[in-house]
Amino acid sequence: MTATDTPASGAAGALRRAGAALAGGGGGTVFALLVLVFAVIFAINPGFARPPSLLAFAQQAAPLVVLAVGQYLVIVSGELDLSVGSLVGAQVVVAARLIDGQEPMTLPVLALMLAFGAAVGLVNGLVTTVLKVPSIIATLGMMLVLYGAVRLWTGGAPTGALSEAFRVAGRGDAVVLPLIGGVPWAVLIAAAVGAAAVALMRSPYGRTLVAVGDNATAAAFSGARVWRVRTLAFVGSSVLATLAAVLIGGFAGVTAQVGEGLEFSAITAVVLGGVVLGGGRGAVLAAIGGALAVEALFTLFNQLYLPSTIQPTVQGVIIIAAVAYAARERSRRSPRAPAPAGGPEKSPREEV
Amino acid sequence: MNGGPQPPLLRMSGVGKSFLGVPVLRDVDLQVRAGEVHALVGENGAGKSTLMKILAGVHRADAGTVELGGERVDFAHPVHAREAGVATVFQEFNLLPERTVAENVFLGREPRGSGTRIGVDARAMAAETERLLEDLGLSAISPHAPVRTLSVAEQQIVEVVKAMSQSARIVSMDEPTAALAGAEVELLYRLVRRLRERGVAVLYVSHRLKEIFDLSDRITVLKDGAKVATVDTPDTTGADLIRMMVGRPVSAVFPEKIAGTEAGRVRLEVTGGGNERLDGIDLQVRSGEIVGLAGLQGSGRTEIAHALFGIDRFTRGELRIDGERAVLRSPRRAVRSGVALVSEDRKTQGLALHRSVLDNGRLVLDAVAPRRSRARSGRLPGIFSSLELVARSPSQEVRFLSGGNQQKVVLAKWLATDPSVVVLDEPTRGIDVGAKHAVYTLVRRLAAEGAAIVLISSELPEVLGLADRVLVLRDGRITGELPGGASEEAVMELAVGGAP
Repeated sequence: MTATDTPASGAAGALRRAGAALAGGGGGTVFALLVLVFAVIFAINPGFARPPSLLAFAQQAAPLVVLAVGQYLVIVSGELDLSVGSLVGAQVVVAARLIDGQEPMTLPVLALMLAFGAAVGLVNGLVTTVLKVPSIIATLGMMLVLYGAVRLWTGGAPTGALSEAFRVAGRGDAVVLPLIGGVPWAVLIAAAVGAAAVALMRSPYGRTLVAVGDNATAAAFSGARVWRVRTLAFVGSSVLATLAAVLIGGFAGVTAQVGEGLEFSAITAVVLGGVVLGGGRGAVLAAIGGALAVEALFTLFNQLYLPSTIQPTVQGVIIIAAVAYAARERSRRSPRAPAPAGGPEKSPREEV
Repeated sequence: MNGGPQPPLLRMSGVGKSFLGVPVLRDVDLQVRAGEVHALVGENGAGKSTLMKILAGVHRADAGTVELGGERVDFAHPVHAREAGVATVFQEFNLLPERTVAENVFLGREPRGSGTRIGVDARAMAAETERLLEDLGLSAISPHAPVRTLSVAEQQIVEVVKAMSQSARIVSMDEPTAALAGAEVELLYRLVRRLRERGVAVLYVSHRLKEIFDLSDRITVLKDGAKVATVDTPDTTGADLIRMMVGRPVSAVFPEKIAGTEAGRVRLEVTGGGNERLDGIDLQVRSGEIVGLAGLQGSGRTEIAHALFGIDRFTRGELRIDGERAVLRSPRRAVRSGVALVSEDRKTQGLALHRSVLDNGRLVLDAVAPRRSRARSGRLPGIFSSLELVARSPSQEVRFLSGGNQQKVVLAKWLATDPSVVVLDEPTRGIDVGAKHAVYTLVRRLAAEGAAIVLISSELPEVLGLADRVLVLRDGRITGELPGGASEEAVMELAVGGAP
């Protein structure tokens, strides 16, 4: 589209451009990576290329996609939400205990989880915006509070059981199509969340959210209520974490470890999508691509018979590499080199 | 010791400097003698600070020479200047607020304990600081006081003491009284006089004529980057100085008032407005009227803009918009009441630089009127082209635009809201002549369409050429009102205050 782009050669360049067009700029690399990882998986295991395997992959990736969308909302507004992993764990454990295998309890407990999730997001948001606690600390605190409170309440080991109805979303099929097979609810839910997020980011709220992440002062001076915009992003993140908890609980059942480390998986997904920590840049579709790429990498490791304990290490490397890459891009593409005394576009007259 | 002519301690000859191809200093000569207080005066933008920064090693001159005590010097870094005996007290201090006065004075070169005592010799440090303070006649400051507990004047003194402890031969001060209250000014006067007695050369940049006449021995006047004259203070008057400072050729031509523009009902009215920085502000702007606010930096112009836009508030007095009493608690309230602010610094306050032209244009609509945003943003392409905005496409990120085009995006974002009161704070700062003209034309058009306009600018010709009336501010108060087209001298007289 632009004449100044460096000519990217061959298939990788084409993929990257296609991805960039799809994600609205900036996040094209992640789709190229996604295709590359799948190419390797298919090469190792051609059987994986059939619809049932791919749908199973998508089902497994769905919770991370949902979490990545939530994390994207917070990161693009210039903040960070470390509490989502603990929140997923807390929601699953609480649901199991309250439902305790009784089918009629399913809907009331779901409603309660939703309210609890929204409340957690509200607290995260208000502590960050009104009390001015940096979100990395506010949500780190929330993460510990939830982690400890759940263990206190359950006495260490989760008790009870989820109902069958509860588990449908996480592991059931919505429809069975000819040739393709069963399409899981989780895949449809994640797709719906993705579509809703894309629509949201095109709405006035979504655009204001990104503007707040880019320059909060300019947004405030344009009439935006910065505290409200950011708090809503935290609420969105926590509500989506609640949805992810329903999917994960349904898929994997209740364990004491459920949810652990998910906040970092979500952050990895978002930064892998080229979304810049600090806010203001990156597309939600690229964050979703990041979530799929992270899951695809884990699947690849599985195919290579690598132990699953390697996953945190890989995530750590990805986070550092992705942020370093973004920093390098920025310094290289900045319009002008830093000039002495106050930036290049400051007028000479005002320097005087 | 002031008997007889001495060779100058500092001799700057033919100094020139350009930023991005725009010359800000041309062939400036300046000579400062030991034991002299030398004032440097000029309008905003005359080149005073740049000259100071060249002396301080912050900038490097493109042309000319600097000699210190007869030796040629070329400072590549502020540290070199300091080592050569040039101390500069900028408006922002380089002090550590949580450390004591003594620790700040000796920062980075603390005296070491001798013999069995290891580490920093705190006692020697405090004693030496005390001696320096007493030497300057300022024993009221304790060497043990944390810097954050000191007043602004006292912090300035600490900066000077720090310089003296490094045996400074020249102390240059950039508007040292800009942030000082009455009694503190007196403290500073004493300090400057004491430095002079000790044979230190003081280069004193100020806008305030009274101080210049109180303190200085000689005055150098700069105008548009060139030296006008150096005069002996007793031989000159305030009127002479003002005449030398202004009276530049008019470099811009302003568009005529659009036919049919006339002042209608009062849209903006402030009576007795005041807060920490402002007092007794009375302001009335009618529909179709352009009211200019003039004054020196720090006189309260931007503070008025902020109070009109809900960034700060008038804690006293009353504000009415279109006759309705308005309490502007936030910019959002201001926007909803029909006020628009084209803020002083478009990069930090006006634009989301990584967002597109179109997204920035929609910023206010999205934030304040989300339901009508889509419909009303349909007008943006028309607004962009009426401003002659040059961008590759509406989806280009605004950080890649020139300053003038960035400013047009800011204007467009407000035009999309149909404001009834438009406050423009330095709307032409740092933009090219063509963009300036577009801003002027737009101001005229807004007036013709019935908006009330408050125009703030450091460039006097701009205010005088566009405004129907000009209010002049000094120290947070309105000192007078002049008709549009008044002389720059008249404005400067009101802005700098009474001269002897």
